[in-house]
Amino acid sequence: MEYFLIIISAIFVNNIVLAQFLGICPFLGVSNKLSTATGMSMAVCFVITLATLVTFLINKYLLIPLNITFLQTIAFILVIAALVQMVEIVLKKVSPSLYQALGIFLPLITTNCAVLGVAIDVVTKQFTFGGEAHFLNLGEAMVYAFATSLGYGLSMVIFAGIREHLALNDVPKAFKGVPIALVSVGILAMAFMGFSGMVK
Amino acid sequence: MKEDKTMSNKLKLITDGLVRNNPTFVLILGMCPTLATTTSAINGLSMGLATLFVLVLSNMAISAVAPVIPDKVHIPAYIVIIATFVTLVQLLMQAYTPAMYETLGLFIPLIVVNCIILGRAEAFANKHGVLESACDGLGVGLGFTCSLTVLGAVREILGSGSIFGWNFIGGHDGMLAFVMAPGAFICLGYLMVLFNKYLKKN
Amino acid sequence: MAIQSNLKNMTVVLTGVCLVCSALLGGAYVLTKGPIEKAAQAKTEKSLSAVLPGFDTVEEMNNVSVDGTDYHCYKALQGGSVVGYAIESGTIGFGGPLTLMVGVTPDGVVYNTSVLSHSETPGLGAKCTSDAKFMAQWKGFDPSAKILSVKKDGGDVDAITASTITSRAYSRAVQAAVNVFRTLNDEGGQDNE
Repeated sequence: MEYFLIIISAIFVNNIVLAQFLGICPFLGVSNKLSTATGMSMAVCFVITLATLVTFLINKYLLIPLNITFLQTIAFILVIAALVQMVEIVLKKVSPSLYQALGIFLPLITTNCAVLGVAIDVVTKQFTFGGEAHFLNLGEAMVYAFATSLGYGLSMVIFAGIREHLALNDVPKAFKGVPIALVSVGILAMAFMGFSGMVK
Repeated sequence: MKEDKTMSNKLKLITDGLVRNNPTFVLILGMCPTLATTTSAINGLSMGLATLFVLVLSNMAISAVAPVIPDKVHIPAYIVIIATFVTLVQLLMQAYTPAMYETLGLFIPLIVVNCIILGRAEAFANKHGVLESACDGLGVGLGFTCSLTVLGAVREILGSGSIFGWNFIGGHDGMLAFVMAPGAFICLGYLMVLFNKYLKKN
Repeated sequence: MAIQSNLKNMTVVLTGVCLVCSALLGGAYVLTKGPIEKAAQAKTEKSLSAVLPGFDTVEEMNNVSVDGTDYHCYKALQGGSVVGYAIESGTIGFGGPLTLMVGVTPDGVVYNTSVLSHSETPGLGAKCTSDAKFMAQWKGFDPSAKILSVKKDGGDVDAITASTITSRAYSRAVQAAVNVFRTLNDEGGQDNE
């Protein structure tokens, strides 16, 4: 039940893009076409889940015992950068077809604040999924990270669909490109606000 | 690139960052903190200043060490340098402005992945001298700070009926949507339209 | 511009950068450690003086356990006699955890409350830190004469407009603190016997 609440909360209620404002740059950057949006979402999903696993363990078994949690930011970003590089190398060797699909998005992910944001959030924030406020354990953290990235994919795919239609419309010159996209995301975010309060 | 040492050139670097190369409205970089922390003018201003601080220092440090960093590892090296200054800001804010540190929360460590900072390091600091890089950082940082403060002010006026915490509608509620997520996107969209129409020169 | 990369200089430079940076940060951490602790302490002291009547010393008590939850408590003394207890009490609001500092005088009346941390919606639930009418009602709230729940639920608490869930959570947190005080009082009574 709790896992179910985590999933609903992370995908709809606290959608990472529309409610938490993380990962906006790639969200606006690669949502022009549905196909690239799907590719990017899959790459992000992969990296967020993996990065959260590694940073969670590093935090628990290295930073906290050594009492150097002030190095959290620097350690996490290094781990994420290294991880992205590694995923790229492994993917290239193991599955060239998947690499073809995700390859071009991978380097962009290092500076996607959604990855670092989720990694920091799960180790510093207390969550309340229907129960008492508590820090997440590894299982919950993994489910949260995966569900969050699904939420990222969901908003990205919806938005790419909207943008494909927007491209066909005649909008005033000053609105062209990013401004009209932002206003549309605003309306989409308003729709997602309907979920707020569903899971506390 | 030939280094220009005249005063007017440095001034131009600073003013460029404000309008012609405005990171928010022209380059469209660093959107996450722009949207997330601008629930009020003062929050926007603080976030802008924290970023400005990191940007100036990291620009200077990177321009100083760039010549000895091997090409293949320059990105990780830059990220470590940037993360150091971000952590420094984190510690300083925790010590001297704890309330603001709590308000901005996650978005302070996330300055590391603000594309503006790595972007300036790549596009400017590693090719220029320390002083020029500092001016560039100052200009772009001020541009970012101004945009965030303006966006924060607009959202605060519409959403809470106050400006820098001073309430001018006498205890009534503002249009709440503007303080929440949708308002952030919509306000930024419309501000960008105004910027495109009146300030952007081609 | 940048020099040619080979394995040796890449390793040397990256290790060097990491070492210098961590050394710098270690230094900064040591320097800011004192001020950070002071800031945290100042925050607690500020909330304590807001929720308790005038006192000259305040001592941290052992955690008090009520219904399986541990609560952080402080005892305020003025000239050697107890003038009040401050209890840190947490609950879940609309947006996430809501933590309060609740001051209770020895006669069981709430002296005042103060929000330590919250994640309520700005402009709605977040008004629990700014709505004058909502905040004022906690001053001198007597839980033995009034019911600690919002008027909608048949209690005596005026909810914040359009933020019933936050108001309910706030009332629950105050109730929890009052329960802690009653437990404390009972234990104190036994000590005297």
